[in-house]
Amino acid sequence: MLKVYREICGYCGCCVAVCPEGALELIDAYLSVGQECTQCGVCAKVCPLGALEVTNEVAV
Amino acid sequence: MKSQYDILIIGGGPAGAIAAKTAKEKGLEVGLVEKRPAIGAPVRCAEGIGKKLLADFIRPDERWIAAEIERATIIAPDGTTMELAHEMAGSEVGYILDRKVFDRELIWQAADAGAEIFVKTRAIAPILEEGKVIGAKIEAGGDVTEVKADVVIAADGVESKFGKWCGIDTTVPMREMETCAQYVLADINVPQNVTQFYLGNETAPEGYVWVFPKGKRAANVGIGISGKKSGPGHRAIDYLNSFVRKHFPEGKPIELIVGGVSVCKPLECTVSDNLMFIGDAARVSDPLTGGGIYNALYTGKLAVDVASKAIANGDTGKKALMEYDRGWRSSALGKALERNHKIKEIFITLSDEKLNSIVRSISKINMKEFDTFTLIKELIRVNPKLSLELGALWASIR
Ligand SMILES: Cc1cc2nc3c(=O)[nH]c(=O)nc-3n(C[C@H](O)[C@H](O)[C@H](O)COP(=O)(O)OP(=O)(O)OC[C@H]3O[C@@H](n4cnc5c(N)ncnc54)[C@H](O)[C@@H]3O)c2cc1C
Ligand code: SF4
Ligand code: SF4
Repeated sequence: MLKVYREICGYCGCCVAVCPEGALELIDAYLSVGQECTQCGVCAKVCPLGALEVTNEVAV
Repeated sequence: MKSQYDILIIGGGPAGAIAAKTAKEKGLEVGLVEKRPAIGAPVRCAEGIGKKLLADFIRPDERWIAAEIERATIIAPDGTTMELAHEMAGSEVGYILDRKVFDRELIWQAADAGAEIFVKTRAIAPILEEGKVIGAKIEAGGDVTEVKADVVIAADGVESKFGKWCGIDTTVPMREMETCAQYVLADINVPQNVTQFYLGNETAPEGYVWVFPKGKRAANVGIGISGKKSGPGHRAIDYLNSFVRKHFPEGKPIELIVGGVSVCKPLECTVSDNLMFIGDAARVSDPLTGGGIYNALYTGKLAVDVASKAIANGDTGKKALMEYDRGWRSSALGKALERNHKIKEIFITLSDEKLNSIVRSISKINMKEFDTFTLIKELIRVNPKLSLELGALWASIR
């Protein structure tokens, strides 16, 4: 799953713009990840702060 | 909020604000929704803009001007510098804005003109009829209402999603997303009235570091690098921290700003039936400089000029709105975007040695027009070899 480290995120929306699935949405300081996420990792690569990570964990 | 407007604008940045004001001046009913609770904050910008460009849209006001800029310095990887000055010494070139105040002023002017503004109010989906946009679902305080409009304008910035929801792919390619980090650094010694740009594949791969003075002992010190070059341990923030450690060890960050600037080509088409894209949502930020404030203002105003005519004629279909798409593409702005995209594609391939030799070739350029076109022309004039190497580029801009 795609993990959001909220203590690192600067809620800038950079990741939202590159997500090919339109899975990310930023509401104020809260970044949400939608069902459409394919865990491609593009967002995690571009994040200026390193607040995203694709992990092996399964979403619950 | 009304259930029907002539124009519904999504996003309250510079593009949306100027569009709302223009719409009201044309006598249209206009509503603007902004999902953030405060317009202009948090800032996602280095705040530089040319004086002449800004003058087309708003009278300068010291309340939102943090510094005046007279020249620029480009610093090569080996430390060699090149100064860009206006041909007429003393003639002023640009401003560093205070965007928290500037963006508020723009929205304030729209509100004063009579536009309806709604903050902490978010567009969550388009309303479609036979595949055409006829409005948007708007969420505020947990309630969702349907708002219809003759024309919906997507001014939702770099994180724009409205187009996607309408089936238009607006994804920015990873390699053409500049990932950025910036500090407002206080208590530093920084030259006044000059913007500084540091180049180099070690300093800022496929991007640059900027130092924009802000008041006497402060500056916006930031960096943008290509998304392609970003990754664990070498992100924008990592490059920024090492730059600051080296150049401003005494600096005190009083604000951290992060963000993304698209440096791709504009959307293939910036209109659809009853739908228009302006500003960063249209991907019209400058691919070479990353500047997008003027571009947002320009497209925002032009879009409404065209929309108001279309509304008056009772036809807001794609064909009628195409006048806007053609309009900005054939303008000086549209041409600069096309040219600067080509220049950027070459710039990102230059080695540090090449950058050094280009900067070394000329220590001062006096420019009549302060733009990248003049700069590149001058560089090629003194580096005749460049015109061979960059043949296609040279042909495309001469
Ligand atoms: C680090 C950095 C440095 C920059 N430096 C410069 C510079 O020096 N000079 C320059 O000219 N440009 C610069 N830019 C670019 C400039 O900031 C943008 O081009 C400009 O802000 C674009 O204006 P806009 O109105 O199109 O979008 P924005 O200012 O991004 O406004 C879009 C608004 O839409 C809102 N929104 C989004 N989705 C929704 C929704 N669904 N519902 C309601 N509201 C929504 C957002 O909250 C936002 O307020 C920089 C950008 C960055 C990231
Ligand atoms: S790019 Fe990073 S910092 Fe910016 S909103 Fe996405 S996760 Fe947060
Ligand atoms: S991992 Fe890929 S699909 Fe998932 S949110 Fe990030 S960019 Fe989108």
